Amino acid sequence: MIYFSQRQIVVPGYMLAEGNYEAGRNVYKEENRFYATVIGLAELKDKIINVIPLRGCYIPSVGDVVIGKVIDITTTAWIVDIRSPWNAFLFVKDFLSKPLNVIKEDIRNYLDIGELIIAKVTSFDRTKNPTLTTKEHGLGKIERGTVIEVDPTRVPRIIGKKGSMINMLKKETGCQIHVGQNGRVWISGKNREDEILVVEAIKKIESEAHTTGLTDRVYNLITKRRVSNGKEKTNI
Amino acid sequence: MERKKLISDDGRRLDGRRFDEIRPIKFKIGILKNADGSAYIELGKTKVIVGVYGPRELHPKHLAVPDRCIIQARYHMAPFSVKERKSPAPSRREIELSKVIREALEPAIFVELFPRTTIDIFAEVIQADGSTRCAAISAASLALADAGIPMRDLVASIAVAKVDNQLVLDVMDEEDKYGLSDMPIAMMPSKNVITLLQMDGMLTCEEFKKSLELAKKGCMEIYKKQKEALESYFKNIKEEK
Repeated sequence: MIYFSQRQIVVPGYMLAEGNYEAGRNVYKEENRFYATVIGLAELKDKIINVIPLRGCYIPSVGDVVIGKVIDITTTAWIVDIRSPWNAFLFVKDFLSKPLNVIKEDIRNYLDIGELIIAKVTSFDRTKNPTLTTKEHGLGKIERGTVIEVDPTRVPRIIGKKGSMINMLKKETGCQIHVGQNGRVWISGKNREDEILVVEAIKKIESEAHTTGLTDRVYNLITKRRVSNGKEKTNI
Repeated sequence: MERKKLISDDGRRLDGRRFDEIRPIKFKIGILKNADGSAYIELGKTKVIVGVYGPRELHPKHLAVPDRCIIQARYHMAPFSVKERKSPAPSRREIELSKVIREALEPAIFVELFPRTTIDIFAEVIQADGSTRCAAISAASLALADAGIPMRDLVASIAVAKVDNQLVLDVMDEEDKYGLSDMPIAMMPSKNVITLLQMDGMLTCEEFKKSLELAKKGCMEIYKKQKEALESYFKNIKEEK
């Protein structure tokens, strides 16, 4: 027995179903009854009940690319804020390509407090803090561009179905855009105007995340701004 | 001293309510930009703002618990919330209410999902007119939902008092001060689980049972309003153009 319509807004404690189903994300089971745990949109797919959250913090997961901010330094590691309940560790060997004698040299010379990195989560299981690495193509210190923060629950929408939204943004503005799973977005373009345009587009996506036809509306926004900036679309 | 008459001969209370009516109630969600979740409640003349932070790293670290997150609650009354200025320093009463609020909300939260972290709840009473702890609990559960913290159910809370030998729902200031007994209750309504039950004064067993029934009815009403507030707030976000 199902007590919700597809994509209905449910609140914590809402009884979603009774009987032979499976509890998916943000759903818990108690004596054959299924309840939502967060505010979100309820969905039923192949007998699995999921609630897509409308609010929430980022929970690290191994393999996620995240954008972090260095908040503290120990002798052998940087402590990085990745907007999750737990701070992440970035060890020297996972950041520098050559070995470093930490007794002779201060690791602060390579990465200091306040600097931003794009990194990958290498381990995490809630009993230990997550660890990061930057030893992969495209990862490392962020030296230019703009980084903005959005709600982590909106990240799938910014990327779009099979990357439709992000690819459209990249193509139309000519900016490089990296979306961290923790809700930070790094935009790096040829000039400041392009970056500001992407920021505006992403803010629009964030506030209208759960509406349909969003890609088209964002496309229209970009074209409109381009015309008012006096640029031809063909210049890219 | 002659006692004030709190219920008139035709069964009306000082503000014209029947014994089982709650005051007009209003919720607002997402009012604080800097908090992860926030809510505001107006229960008659009682006004409370609640902000929620977390789950986040806990300092000092030795307070952390290895298998769950801890909850830190602060209930505080603004100096202007009562008729005579209240000292802003936390009083004995406020420290107790902070504990009571924390324990009323803890059973609803999936604390085991965030080991070694903390969830911080700050309840600030802007104007006090009775049932402030109940208002704080009801608003705090909305603020927790706004922060996206997984919960078993929302927590609704209300107080029942005995005044002039009559049980009344949703206690206001005068009834609290001059009444014979006061019983705040918090519960998870769709689970039918009580998370807070306090009592001041004296009640017979029979009266206690009746009070409990009355409080449950009141909690259901609050719960309905909480759901409405959450749904309409998030519907707005969803449909914003």
